[in-house]
Amino acid sequence: MAAKQKEPVTGAGPFNGVLTWVDARFPLMSLWREHLAEYYAPKNFNFWYFFGSLALVVLVIQILTGIFLVMHYKPSAADAFASVEYIMRDVPWGWFIRYMHSTGASAFFIVVYLHMLRGLMYGSYRAPRELIWIFGMVIYLMLMAEAFFGYLLPWGQMSFWGAQVIVNLFDALPVIGPDLSLWIRGDYVVSDATLNRFFAFHVIAIPLALVGLVAAHIMALHEVGSNNPDGVDIKKNLDANGHPVDGIPFHPYYTVKDMVGLVVFLAVFSLIVFFMPEFGGYFLEYNNFIPADPLKTPSHIAPVWYFTPYYSILRATTEQFMYVLALAVIAMGVLVWKTSTTARAKLAALVITAGLVGAFFVIDAKVWGVAFMGGAVIVFFFLPWLDRGAVRSIRYRGTLYKTALWTFVVNFLVLGYFGTQPVTNYGTAISQFCTLVYFAFFALMPWYTRMDKTKPEPARVTM
Amino acid sequence: MSEQRPDEAKRRFLVTATGVAGGVAAGAVAVPFVSSMLPSERAKAAGAPVEVDLSTLEPGQKITVEWRGKPVWVVRRTPEMLERVKAADDLVADPGSKRSLQPQYAQNEFRSAKPEYLVLVGICTHLGCSPVDRLAAQSESFAADWKGGFYCPCHGSLFDLAGRVYKNKPAPDNLVVPPYKFLSDTKLLIGDDSKGA
Repeated sequence: MAAKQKEPVTGAGPFNGVLTWVDARFPLMSLWREHLAEYYAPKNFNFWYFFGSLALVVLVIQILTGIFLVMHYKPSAADAFASVEYIMRDVPWGWFIRYMHSTGASAFFIVVYLHMLRGLMYGSYRAPRELIWIFGMVIYLMLMAEAFFGYLLPWGQMSFWGAQVIVNLFDALPVIGPDLSLWIRGDYVVSDATLNRFFAFHVIAIPLALVGLVAAHIMALHEVGSNNPDGVDIKKNLDANGHPVDGIPFHPYYTVKDMVGLVVFLAVFSLIVFFMPEFGGYFLEYNNFIPADPLKTPSHIAPVWYFTPYYSILRATTEQFMYVLALAVIAMGVLVWKTSTTARAKLAALVITAGLVGAFFVIDAKVWGVAFMGGAVIVFFFLPWLDRGAVRSIRYRGTLYKTALWTFVVNFLVLGYFGTQPVTNYGTAISQFCTLVYFAFFALMPWYTRMDKTKPEPARVTM
Repeated sequence: MSEQRPDEAKRRFLVTATGVAGGVAAGAVAVPFVSSMLPSERAKAAGAPVEVDLSTLEPGQKITVEWRGKPVWVVRRTPEMLERVKAADDLVADPGSKRSLQPQYAQNEFRSAKPEYLVLVGICTHLGCSPVDRLAAQSESFAADWKGGFYCPCHGSLFDLAGRVYKNKPAPDNLVVPPYKFLSDTKLLIGDDSKGA
C-alpha cells in the first residue's frame, strides 16, 4: 500500500529501477533524505566539525582491522604474546593491520577529545541537545572500556599490570569491592580467565554497544539539528520551502567538505602508522614489548596517554589532600548557602557538605581516589545543567567563561602530562592543584556562566 | 460485544503481572550468566603451598617465589636492617599493624615469626602493583632520608623493611603477610601455617 504512494526513484540513472523496487519494500529514500540529502546543517561549520565524521571513520578502521587481527590472535595467557609477535613478523601485512589498529586507538581518543572540546566551545551540549551529549558521554565511557579491555590482549608487561591496577580500583569500593574485582577477573589474580573474558568484551560486547550508541547519537542529533559555531538556532529562520535559510543539505555539501578533513586525517594517520607507530612510547609503550610477568612490575608504569589525566587525579588523592578537599567542599557549601534562596536548598547544601566532609575522613583516601577518578568522567554528564550562560557559543561569551574553558583545557593537559611521569612530591603537588581546578571548572560553572558578560547573539549565522 | 468498553483496570493488571513475571524470569536467567564469570573450580583448586629453600639465602638478600600467582618475597634481614625498621616506627602509618592483614604470629614490629626472615605478599595494598626493592638506606628521589624498604612504582607508596606503609601515601595498609611456617631452620612453607604433622 505504502509502495503505491511512493514516487519512483529518479536521478540514479541505470539504478532507478532497482532502487524504486527496494524503496517500495524498505525506507531507503526516506532514510537517505532524512539523514543526508535533506538533512539541513548550518552553513557555517568550521574545521572543528570534522571530528564527528572522523570519529566514525576511526570506528570503521578499528572494526575492520580488528576483524583481521582476530583471525590470527590467540586469546590465551600462554599464546597471546607470541601470537601478536606472529602477526607482526610472519603474517603477510600483519604489522600494517596491527599498527593501524594500535594507532587507531590513540587516534580515536584524539578525535573524540577534540570533538568534545568543540562541544564545550560552542555549547553544543545545551538544550535541546542534552541527550546527544549524554549519548556521546556514554560512547566516551564505552570507548575507555574498549581501550582498556583491548590493552590486555597483547599480554605484555603493561597490559598485565595496567589491568591489575584498574581491576583493583574496584577492589577499593566499600563492602562489595573485593567480590566485585574477583568477579571481574574470574580468578584471584589477572590470569588466563581474565584475558579470555576481556577478549570477549573487546571484540563483541563493547563494539556492539558502541555501534548502537553511535546510531542513537546521530539519530538524536538529526532529530534536533546540528548546533554551529555561532550557537544560534537556524530553524528560527525558514525559507518558503520550510528549510532553514542558513542550512545546506549535508549531502553533497558536507560529505564533500568532510572528505577534505578525511584526507588530512589519513595523511597524518599514515605518517604515524608507517614512520612512528610507537609514537615515542605514547601509543605503544615500550614495556609492553616484554611478556607479562606476574612477579615483577615494570619500574615505571603509566597508562596509555588518553587515561593519564584521570590517573593523575587518582594519584593526587592522598590522605593530606583530603583536608584541602574538605576545605574546598566547605567553601562550596558556603557558596551554595549564600546564593540559594529557598530554605530547602540551604538545608540540602548543609547536609551534603557535612556528609561529604565526614565521609572524607571516615572512608580511606584510596577509595576517594577511585571516586574522584570516576567522578572526573561522570561530571561531564551534568554539563547541560551546570551551564547557565545566556549564549551557547564561546564567540559571544564573556571573559569569565573563556578563561575558565582554556584554563580547564591547559589543566587537563598538565594532568595528562604528570600522569605519564613517575611520582615525585613536586608532581603530586601540581596534580593536586590541577585536580582542584578540574572540579572547580564544573562546580563553579553555574555561577561564572551566569555572571559572565555575554555579547548579543546575531540573528543569523556568520561565516 | 463490540459496544463493550475494554476493562482498563484488568488490562493494566495483566500488563503489570506480565511485566513482573517476565522481569523475574529475566533476573533468574541472568544468574547463570553472572555466575559463569566467578572463579572456576579449577581456579579455586590452584593454590597449593610452596616450599622455599632458605639455605642459600644470604643475610641482606631477597628472593621472590610465586604463590597463588602472586609474588611472595622472602627477605633475610640483617640486625642492621632490623634497627632500620625500628627507626621507621615514627614514619609509618600503622606501626603496630593494627589494621593490616597478617597472621597472629606476624602482628609485631618486625611483622614476622622470626625477626630475621620477612615474608610478604609483594603486592601493594593500594592498587596491586608489585613494589620494587630499595633495600639500601640512602638518599632516593622520593625520600632524601630513606631508611630502606620498598617503593611502589605505580603510585609512589613507600614501605619499610617490615612492609609497613609510610604515612600519607596512597596505600592504606601494610603489605600482606601470607600464612607460613618453618619446616626446619632452612625450609619455609608458604601458604600453610597449620600446627603439627
